[in-house]
Order: sequence, then C-alpha cells, then structure tokens
Amino acid sequence: MKSALLPERGPGDRLTAIFWRRPRVLLLLLITPPLLWLGVVYIGSLAALLLQSFYSIDEFSGLVVREFTLKTYVELFRPANFDIIRRTLVMSASVTLASAVLAFPIAYYAARYATGRWKAVFYLGIMLPLWSSYLVKVYAWKLILAKEGIVTWVADGLGLGFLLDAALALPGVGGNSLSTSFLGTFLVFVYVWLPYMILPMQAALERVPKSMLEASADLGASSAQTFRTVILPLAMPGVIAGSIFTFSLTMGDYIIPQIVGTSARFIGLAVYQLQGTAGNLPLAAAFAVVPIIIMLIYLSLAKRAGAFDAL
Amino acid sequence: MHSENRAPKSLTLAAVGGLLFLHLPIVLIFLYAFTTEERTYQFPPPGLTLKWFAVAWNRADIWPPLYLSLLVASISTLMALVLGTLCAAAMARARFFGRDQLSLLIILPIALPGVITGMSLRSAFSLMDIPFSTLTIILGHATFCIVIVFNNAVARYRRLSGSIAEASADLGANAFQTFRHILLPNLGSALLAGAMLAFALSFDEVIVTTFTAGQQSTLPIWMLQELVRPRQRPVTNVVAIVVFATTFIPILIAYYLTRGGSETAGGGK
Repeated sequence: MKSALLPERGPGDRLTAIFWRRPRVLLLLLITPPLLWLGVVYIGSLAALLLQSFYSIDEFSGLVVREFTLKTYVELFRPANFDIIRRTLVMSASVTLASAVLAFPIAYYAARYATGRWKAVFYLGIMLPLWSSYLVKVYAWKLILAKEGIVTWVADGLGLGFLLDAALALPGVGGNSLSTSFLGTFLVFVYVWLPYMILPMQAALERVPKSMLEASADLGASSAQTFRTVILPLAMPGVIAGSIFTFSLTMGDYIIPQIVGTSARFIGLAVYQLQGTAGNLPLAAAFAVVPIIIMLIYLSLAKRAGAFDAL
Repeated sequence: MHSENRAPKSLTLAAVGGLLFLHLPIVLIFLYAFTTEERTYQFPPPGLTLKWFAVAWNRADIWPPLYLSLLVASISTLMALVLGTLCAAAMARARFFGRDQLSLLIILPIALPGVITGMSLRSAFSLMDIPFSTLTIILGHATFCIVIVFNNAVARYRRLSGSIAEASADLGANAFQTFRHILLPNLGSALLAGAMLAFALSFDEVIVTTFTAGQQSTLPIWMLQELVRPRQRPVTNVVAIVVFATTFIPILIAYYLTRGGSETAGGGK
C-alpha cells in the first residue's frame, strides 16, 4: 500500500521524525548546551567559592590550608570585620529607602498621567540611565561632588555654602568634601540604582485598576486617604521588587566606595581587597557568602509578599 | 473636561525633577571633555578647547583596550545569543522536571552581586589552573549575557502562536525548515534587541571583568584606573563619551525594535 506520507528528503527529515515521536529528545538537545554552561561554569564556580570559605589561611606562611574548618567564618565576627558588614547593611538600607522615596513620584506620574509621547519620553528617560554605562555615571558624580566642582559652585552662588559646610561637618557621614564623605557615597549609590527601583514600581502602579480609585473616592475617601489605603498597599510588591535590586546591588558594589567616599570598607570592597592584594582567599569567600545568605533570606521574604509577580 | 486626569503640580514637578536628576550628570561628562583645566574638576571650566579629542586619538594606551572590549562584547553576545535562544525555546514550550530551578539558574548571574559572580569565576579558574586570558573574560561576560537574550526571546516565544509551527509542519517542512523560515523571522527583532542589550552590557562591564581579566585591560578597566589615578582628566571624559555612545546606540536600537509590543526591551536588567 502506498503511504500518504511524503518521502524522506534527507537527515533533516529523519531528525524531525525523531523529534516528533520523542519530544523529549528535542528538549534535551535544546537544553543541554545552556545547562552545561550555567550548571557547570556558573554553579561550579559558586561551589568553588563556597568551598574556599571553609578553608583557612595559615597565619605564619600566609598560605591557604585546604582543610575543612569554620575558623574563617568565626573571623567574620571580629569587630573590624563585623563593622564592615554592619556598615554595608546600613548603607544598603538607606539607599533603598531613599531610592523608594525618589522613585515614587516618577513611577506614579509615568504610570498614571503620562500618555502618548510623554509615555515614551518617560520610558526612555528611565531605561536609558538604567542601561547606560555604569562607570560613566559614577565618573559624572566624581566631577559633581569634587570640592572645586559644580555642587560647591551652585551652593556658593546661592549663598548656601554654609548648608553644605554644615552637612559636611556632620559626624559620621561628613568629611573634607562631598567626594570624600559617606554622604557622597550615598548620593552616588542612590543615583546609580534609582532606575532599578522606578521600573518595577511603575509596573505595579500600572496594574492598579482605575475603578478602585473611583470606588474609593465614591466612598468618600480624600485623595490622601485613597493614596494611603489603596494605592500604597497595591504598589508595595513593586517597591519590594525594586528594593531587591537596590539592596543587592549596593551590598555587592565595590567600585563606588573606591572612587567616591572615605576609606572605610564595604563588603564588596573587602572581598575585592582580600582576594587581591591581601591574598586571603578564604576570608574573601566567607565575606562573599554574607550577601548571598542575606539575599536568599530577602528573596524568600519578598516572594511571600508577592513581589515576584511585579518583577 | 477636567482636572481628574491632570497631575497635581507638585507631582509633575517631582517627576520631571527626578528625570532631570537622572540625566543632568551625564551632560557634565560632555562639558568636561572640552575644559582647558586638566588637573582639577573646576566648575565652571576656565576655558573650552577641542584639543582633548586629538590627544585621546593619539594616546596609544587607549586603542588596545577599545579593541579588546569590542572583541569581548561581540563574541560574548554571539555565545549568549545561541545559548539564550536555546534556553528560551526549551522553556517556552515545554513543562518539565526542574523547570523552575532552571529559570532561577538563568537569573542568578545577574541577581547575585557582580562581585560574587566575579569572585567565584576567579576561584574556579584558579582551582582548575586556567590562566587569565581573553577567553576567561568572555566566559564571564557570556554567563551574564545569556539572561538578557533569554528574557527577550522567551517573551516573544510566548506571544508566538504554536499553530504557525504546526501549519509549517503540515505543509511538509521539517524542523529545521520551520526554524529557518517561520520561527527565525518571527523571533528576529526580539533576538536582535536582546543582542543589542547584551552587547551594551558586556561592553560596559567592569565588576566581573576585574576578576577575570588578569593583566589585560578592557576599556572600562582602563577607565577605572584613570578614575582611581587620574592623569589627563579630560581625556577620560573623551573616552567616557565613546563608552556612553557605544552603549547608548544599541539600547536605542533595541527599544525601537521592540517598541509597541507587550515585551518592550530593556524592562529589566
């Protein structure tokens, strides 16, 4: 009997027949190369890092002792090291808070009021700084915050130089000039990570149904009440999603504190210096595990708050 | 009619102010490239000159990093393009064991701080006695570029109706012909957008690169060295403009390629 099937035209057809009969084969073929890459190159590397953190360093020879120990982790709790962790967390939290406050009006306007051409302006206006060069952005702030730079010039021009001096005289966060103070580091962090906060916030705000706001108004709520009891709770998943980025990025960054700020170290900088010049790979690895653990906790809390739907 | 759809003045001011805050600092980079003052960041610049562009052009230490950055960004983008598309093809159509774990795995390289990705790659290379080279830089970059391509491709795959692939098969095309004539034209712009973003990301990357580059310098590493120990400051500004333009243009292209769809490129980094 003659088959209704078309004749096979070569290996391509034969393979197609196999894919059709066994879809798993195709799936396997598709998934194997990326899985090998990410599973072997990336997860393997993470495992290598984790392994290092359980080694210790010989205090006399300075060589890495490849034996399992928790000694390196105990060292994290020495005052000098613990200070680094605390300082980093305080900075990450303040940067996240400030970004949320600054991002809200932009996200709210873009989601609610911007239409047509303005919508595109806002979208590009947020996306371009998000993707444009990180180093260029940091460099721009080095120019801005320098003692002889534009901030001082503007402050003097407006007769507000005393305000700047007062801010720099603040204990703990001040310094010689903005570019060598915590205040400066903080400003740059907020600037660089702000777009990461705006986008998920805007996405969450765009999903707030208009009818709910109308219902709230119909029920006699003032616009402030509507804002507090309807908009803010509904925007919260977006805020949390954004905070994942601002928090994680601040915690791991080691370039910004190097270029703008005091010589006080953050986790990222400590990792970088310990593995480089200091050659203490185990301690560097143990330091690197801290943000991983904090982010895992943060992510699981965020997941419970429904933030992943807003990503 | 009415004021309901008009934003309160204070909100408009805050929003526009926020946008200006995001963009004005970049303008300063351009301004300082023309200043005559090379040792400080004096504002306003004492005078304006075009000479730094010529000086930068003639500085021999800028060209090799520029070439290296272009090379690394191109190759990593190509690798990410292949791997990211494969991932998207597998994830978009099938449900299988470990699918959720895999999607976490894809996101991980950009979800974790870059210092961790860099540090772990470095310790893996040293454990395996792999010397630092252009290849190790590319390995690092491709790892975090995969997710960018994946994000763009998977969104388009989901929108693509499965029936056109079935129609193609009914008309006698084999899997490869369907891919070549049906899937690729439909995915094309999303893939290109993903590639543009991946290129921009790789060209500009510095955090992972410092861990995997060894003695070589990419352009961002060159810039970082100038930031820490400035020599001719306006020359750094000229290079910054080059870096800015090289990332800016692909991003704009990516936006225009996917604009209007439900999955406009660049929504997440």
